[in-house]
Amino acid sequence: MIDWWDLALRLGIVLVAFLVLPLLVGQLEHKAMAHMQARVGPMYAGGFHGWAQLVADGVKFVQKEDVVPAAADRSVFKLAPAVALLPYLVVLVAIPIAPDGAASSLDVSLFFVLAVMSVGVLGSLMAGWSSANKYSLLGGLRVAAQLVSYELPFVLAAVSVAMAAGSLSLTGIVAAWNPWWLLWQLPAMVVFFVAGLAELQRPPFDMPVADAEIIFGPYTEYTGIRFALFLLAEYAGIVVLASLTTVLFLGGWQGPWSDQLGWLWTLLKTAVVSFLVIWLRVAYPRMREDQLQTLAWKGLVPLVLFQLVITTVGVVAL
Amino acid sequence: MTLVEVLFVLLGAMALGSAVLVAVSNNLVHCALWLVVTLGALAGCYLLLAAEFLAWVQVLIYLGAVVVLLLFALMLTRAPTGTVADLTSSNRILAALTAAAAAGVLIVSFAAGFGGTRIQIDSGDIGNAEALGSTLFGSWVLGFEVLSVLLLAALIGAIVLSRRQERD
Repeated sequence: MIDWWDLALRLGIVLVAFLVLPLLVGQLEHKAMAHMQARVGPMYAGGFHGWAQLVADGVKFVQKEDVVPAAADRSVFKLAPAVALLPYLVVLVAIPIAPDGAASSLDVSLFFVLAVMSVGVLGSLMAGWSSANKYSLLGGLRVAAQLVSYELPFVLAAVSVAMAAGSLSLTGIVAAWNPWWLLWQLPAMVVFFVAGLAELQRPPFDMPVADAEIIFGPYTEYTGIRFALFLLAEYAGIVVLASLTTVLFLGGWQGPWSDQLGWLWTLLKTAVVSFLVIWLRVAYPRMREDQLQTLAWKGLVPLVLFQLVITTVGVVAL
Repeated sequence: MTLVEVLFVLLGAMALGSAVLVAVSNNLVHCALWLVVTLGALAGCYLLLAAEFLAWVQVLIYLGAVVVLLLFALMLTRAPTGTVADLTSSNRILAALTAAAAAGVLIVSFAAGFGGTRIQIDSGDIGNAEALGSTLFGSWVLGFEVLSVLLLAALIGAIVLSRRQERD
C-alpha cells in the first residue's frame, strides 16, 4: 500500500519548491541583469540588496484591480492564467532531485513531463484570443507559430537521451548517465535547451511579447493577480526547463558524494542552467519571426536528426 | 463498484458531455477548447485502463500539438469573441448520420473483436512502453508501416499545395 504520509510530505516539498524557486530565479534575474548592465538593481525592499523586491511586487499585484475588458470572452479570459501556470506545478512532481527523490515515480515520466509541459501553451493562446485585442491576437498567433516549430526538435532531443539510456523514466535516465554523454549528447543538449527557451518565449525568442511591436502580446490586457500568475508561469517555466536539462543531459544528482549530497548537485546544476537562461536574455537581441522559423526548421531539426543517427550508432555499435 | 470504475464512468461522461458541446457550441474557439476537455478525459480513461504510455502520448500529440494547430488556424481565419449566429451547417443531418454510423461500426467491431477479453489492470505491464512497442513493431508492424506511408503522402501533398503558387 502507498505510504500516504511519505507521499504528502513529498508533495508538500514540491509545492514549497514551486512557490520559492521561481521567486529565487526572478530575484537572480533582477540582480544579474542589473550588474551585467552596470546597474545595481533593486536595493531597498527588505533591506539586504532588495531581497524582498518580488514579495513586495506580489503584494502590489494582489492589491490592484482585476480588470476584464468589456469585449473579452470572460470565462476563457479568467481561466487562461491557471492553464498557463498549473502544468509547471504538475511537471515538478515527476522531477527526481535524488535517486529516491521524485514525488512520484512513473514508469514513463519523460513522456509525462513532455506531455504536461506542452499543455501550458494553451493558456497563452486562450489569453491571446479571449482578450479581444488585436495585439493580443497577434501575440497569440506568434505563440502558436513558435510552439508548432519548436515542439518537434524539443521532443526529438529528449527522445535521443531516452534512446541512449534505454529508459523512459527520468530516474532511469539519470542512473544511466555518465560523463561521456556530455560529448555524445552535446547536440541534443543544445537543441533541447534552445527549443525549450523558445517554448518559454524567453529572450531571444520573445517575439510573441515583443513590446516594441505588440505591447505585451497575449498578456497585454491582464492586470493585477492574473498578470502576476503569467509572470510566475514564466519563472516556473525557467525552473522546469533548467531542472529538465539537468536531469536529462547533466547527470542530475551525479557528482562527488552523490549518496548524501545528490539533491544539492541537482539544485546546483539547475541554478547554473537558470543563470544561463538569464545571461542569454542580456546577451542577445530579439530574433525576427523569419529568423525564428529558419533556426527551428533549418537549424535545430536537422541537427537533432543527426544526433538521433549518432545516438543509434552509439547504442547499437558500442 | 470499485473506485476505478467510478472514475472511469465519470471521465467517460465528461468526455461524452464535452464532445456534445464541441458539436453544438456557438463559438468556434469554445468548440476547440471543449475538444481539449474531451481529449483530456479520454487520456484519463486510458490511464485507468493501465495504458499509461498511450495516455501521455495522447496528451502530448492531441492537446499539445493538434489542438494548438486548430486554434492557430481558427485565429488566422476567423475567430471573433462572442457568439456567432450562423455556425449551424446545412448538412448537420448528414453529419449526424455519418457520426452515428461511424460510432456504430466502431462499437460493433470492438465488441465483436474484444468483447469477451478481460485485462488484469493490476499487473502493470500490459500498457507500458515496452509492451506497446513490442506489439506495435511485432504483430502490427504492417499497419504501422502503411500508416507511415499515408503520413508521407500527406506530407508530399502539403509541399505540392504550398509550392503551387511559385510555378504560376
